[in-house]
Amino acid sequence: MEKYLNIDHVSIEFPTPNGPFKALDDVSIKIDKGEFVSIIGHSGCGKSTVMNIVGGLYQATQGGVLLEGREVNEPGPDRAIVFQNHSLFPWLTAHGNVELAVKSVFKGKKSAKEMQEWIDHNIELVHMSHARDKLPAELSGGMKQRIGIARALAMEPKVLLMDEPFGALDALTRAHLQDSLMEIQAELNNTVIMITHDVDEAVLLSDKIVMMTNGPAASIGEVLTIDLERPRKRLDLAHDQHYNHLRSDVIHFLHQRHARKVA
Amino acid sequence: MKDKIINLFEMMGFTWFVPIVNMAAGESPKQQLSTLATMVGIPIVAFAVFLMLWHVGAAKVVTSLGQVPGPVQVYEQANILIDEHYAEREKEVKFFERQDQRNAEKLAKNPESTVKVRPYTGKETYFDQILTSLFTVFIGFLIASVIAIPIGIVSGLSDTLYSALNPLIQIFKPVSPLAWLPIVTMVVSATYVSTDPAFSKSFITSAITVTLCSLWPTLINTAVGVSSIDKDLINVGKVLRLNYLTTVFKIVIPSSIPMIFTGLRISLGIGWMVLIAAEMLAQNPGLGKFVWDEFQNGSSSSLGRIMVAVLTIGVLGFMLDRIMLTMQKAFSYDKNATVR
Repeated sequence: MEKYLNIDHVSIEFPTPNGPFKALDDVSIKIDKGEFVSIIGHSGCGKSTVMNIVGGLYQATQGGVLLEGREVNEPGPDRAIVFQNHSLFPWLTAHGNVELAVKSVFKGKKSAKEMQEWIDHNIELVHMSHARDKLPAELSGGMKQRIGIARALAMEPKVLLMDEPFGALDALTRAHLQDSLMEIQAELNNTVIMITHDVDEAVLLSDKIVMMTNGPAASIGEVLTIDLERPRKRLDLAHDQHYNHLRSDVIHFLHQRHARKVA
Repeated sequence: MKDKIINLFEMMGFTWFVPIVNMAAGESPKQQLSTLATMVGIPIVAFAVFLMLWHVGAAKVVTSLGQVPGPVQVYEQANILIDEHYAEREKEVKFFERQDQRNAEKLAKNPESTVKVRPYTGKETYFDQILTSLFTVFIGFLIASVIAIPIGIVSGLSDTLYSALNPLIQIFKPVSPLAWLPIVTMVVSATYVSTDPAFSKSFITSAITVTLCSLWPTLINTAVGVSSIDKDLINVGKVLRLNYLTTVFKIVIPSSIPMIFTGLRISLGIGWMVLIAAEMLAQNPGLGKFVWDEFQNGSSSSLGRIMVAVLTIGVLGFMLDRIMLTMQKAFSYDKNATVR
């Protein structure tokens, strides 16, 4: 059977003054509906490039991406992106940022009242109702990223793409947001691709971890299925044998078999 | 309440009012007074020193029109200019009174007769000239902004257009208004032909010269502001599949508003400088013409009157800049950014 999202033999080359640079070589990932997939690898290995190709911001040189059997090659709200540095519009309030997305995605499909309710619902989902009228500059990093997630969720994407969504946050805030994300995921059961370089984050959140080899011409080294029971509790997992085993598998891959040659 | 007033003053750049407001609200008078002393005291002392040096220095230079005016003479001339203004206004009022009376008498004799209402044709006062200058610079600046902002946005979005326009911008940017003026004068004379012109030719020539010189800072700043938009914000627009116009109005313009206002502020400053020169040569009845006429007049009071104009030009330029600064701050979404 055809998978929900099919990243099919994707390669990409970027033109440089010294000839084409091959960033990805023959990357194939198959993702089921409602699956949470993390892509992990050292920085510069092209994991963000994979996400940009799925998002339609880059075009694959060879191969392509199929979503529900249709090829995608331009950006669209069915593949909403949460960027690493939140990318909220600084002149709009939290509410205004979500509103801009909702109004352009659901124009003609929802009434004005339904849209307002949908905006409020999504802000509520990320626990940001108290700050709906604040400008991004008045929010902390974690709060900004929550609004960024709310904005992406409000587009009702078929696939939610997250590019190191918590990479710029401190460890405690990051843990909070991971917990929130798990809650939301339990409720909405979205299909998610998350780029990360954090091993704990990947094991905690994912159903499947795609480990990438180092670039140039990066490809998929190994795919690890995370069969831990849901809901997962951070505290319980700390002493879970299986969790620690999975975690060490990933660390093993990253730091022994594909250690970066130059730090 | 207090915070609102302070915010307003800080926004307008009048930070030296802040301690006064704080004191009025009863906040440790001693500390506020010392803040006030450094913020207001130092500029006042500096200004006093400047007046002294001016007074002493001016007395040492003697020209064919007499001694260079010191602060005292300039102050006297300023008063004379104000008196002349009121005298002229009084004459105007009396002129209309006489005319109304004459017409009323004429109508009383013969209700069928036609009466004429003639406009007053007295000479402009100093304040009329100030208003003319402000209006001229405003129109020139407005035309420049209406041209520069859209071109700046479009060329900021397209690298091709930017490379096409950049050499032209760089060539015309440094051109002095005095070089443009003869060409503008001739073109206006040739094209603006009307039996009942709404604006005088000198006004249009001056305004267009202002436009030609104040176009560039706004254009360049807008283009730079637009081209330096955060790539991720543009990507968000792409994900939302916004069309070109929506992208421009919802993403591009809001995010480059601070840079646009920086450009507008520089443009208005340049426009005001250029205007005085343009008015001198085009004989537009504003401050520039005032200076030129006084220079040609060459009486013993001329230099004093010109000095009044110099100070007026400076103070008005400062005020225009403050208005732009206030707008720049009001429209900037990053309230933490320091704008000077």
